[in-house]
Amino acid sequence: MNEIEVDARGLRCPLPVIRLAAAAQGTPAGTRITVLTSDPAARHDIPAWCRMRNHELIEITQEPDTAESDTAESDTAYLRFVVVIRSQSSNAAGGGSGSARSSRAT
Amino acid sequence: MAALDAGWADPRRLYTEARRARALLDQARELLADGLGVRPPEVSFLPGGPAALRAGLEGLMYAGRRRGARMVATAVEHSAILTTGRYHAAQADNPLLFAEVGVDRVGRLDLPAFEDAISIPGTVLAAVQSANGEIGTRQPLEQAHELCRTHGIPLLVDAIASLGRDPTPVNFDVMAGDARSWGGPAGLGVLVVPERTRWRRPGPASDVEQGRTDVEPVVAVALAAAEAWRQTWANRVDEAARSSAIIARLRAAAADLHDVDVVGDADDRLPHVLTFSLLYVDGEALVIELDRRGFAVGSGSACTSSTLEPSHVLAAIGALTHGNVRITLPLNAIAPTLDADVDRFITELPDAVAVVRAQLGASGL
Repeated sequence: MNEIEVDARGLRCPLPVIRLAAAAQGTPAGTRITVLTSDPAARHDIPAWCRMRNHELIEITQEPDTAESDTAESDTAYLRFVVVIRSQSSNAAGGGSGSARSSRAT
Repeated sequence: MAALDAGWADPRRLYTEARRARALLDQARELLADGLGVRPPEVSFLPGGPAALRAGLEGLMYAGRRRGARMVATAVEHSAILTTGRYHAAQADNPLLFAEVGVDRVGRLDLPAFEDAISIPGTVLAAVQSANGEIGTRQPLEQAHELCRTHGIPLLVDAIASLGRDPTPVNFDVMAGDARSWGGPAGLGVLVVPERTRWRRPGPASDVEQGRTDVEPVVAVALAAAEAWRQTWANRVDEAARSSAIIARLRAAAADLHDVDVVGDADDRLPHVLTFSLLYVDGEALVIELDRRGFAVGSGSACTSSTLEPSHVLAAIGALTHGNVRITLPLNAIAPTLDADVDRFITELPDAVAVVRAQLGASGL
């Protein structure tokens, strides 16, 4: 199976999604793309890209901060997304509506 | 200006100028109360909508303190509610003291989850907006209020986005608004506390604004807000029809763009706002490109916010957060050439989007 990794850590929105889309371009259905990102917007935008382009998001993992750096502000925590490319139609954008989301905290 | 001359004195004093200031303030209060469908003593002026929201929340919390300290809000409420709730839970080191109830893909409250949340013992208030000022979706206030009544929970309604533009809410126990929503000045919020509601301001007693704040309202600002309300209210039917027609055109034009996520309910919505997000677009770059072409739009994208976090509303509904454009139509009185401006916007928008996509090398994606 075709596997691609996109390391977009340190890039701000919309660049992580652009890198992902560029990597996905022309790949056969079934390709697995792993994206690493530290951008807070990508948490929402990679799932949204998958919905709009009709690809499948199979995994989101929070990777911990593992820096052993001397600068206290250094933050190396990031998110790992695994996306499976479905058959590519050039422009499968769509809004969509209605599906219920449950309560976040009760 | 006349109001500034006439209303400078302290409305609580007894000399002639003070009594004149009191009369002007009462006049503003009566006019607004009449428009909001409540009695004048139920209306207080606070320094802005968010201040009114927080005061409404704090008074309900304090009045309910013997029953508990838990509050419930929708995940798309105003940040004045969400940050206050999160702070409250964090201070008590108890995440159960604040619950954010989810919404669906168009941003509408999940009523069964809402009922579950308010039925937990110790809950003392629920906050639900009349409609979302960012994406326009109206909330089911009648059903939410019914559920609140069943469970004995007071409902705080944030009407900031809808007052003057949409029918005034009738289902609430406390309501907050902001004069800017109806074309009034900045710096004036209204807090409506009906007589039946158990509400009590924490802290020492105040003789300002029925004891609901300790900040004196500026009489001239209150008068200007009341006058703006009078004009906006008189034109509200025509205004809403005109706004709805323009938003429908803009919505169709936005939906025609490539790779666009048009968010919010298409029908059950405020008449004057629209939000959409574009793939592979930098929100900040698009706002600046549109500004260069003479259009003032907002954005909920992270790159346009001071915190570098995307809009919590877009996040809560699972919408694309980058490349976001937020349109709020001005009132007719403020923008008489709006129809022509919108025509030009619709013509130029595809090109503006193409320009910013090309800047990022994302044209062919």
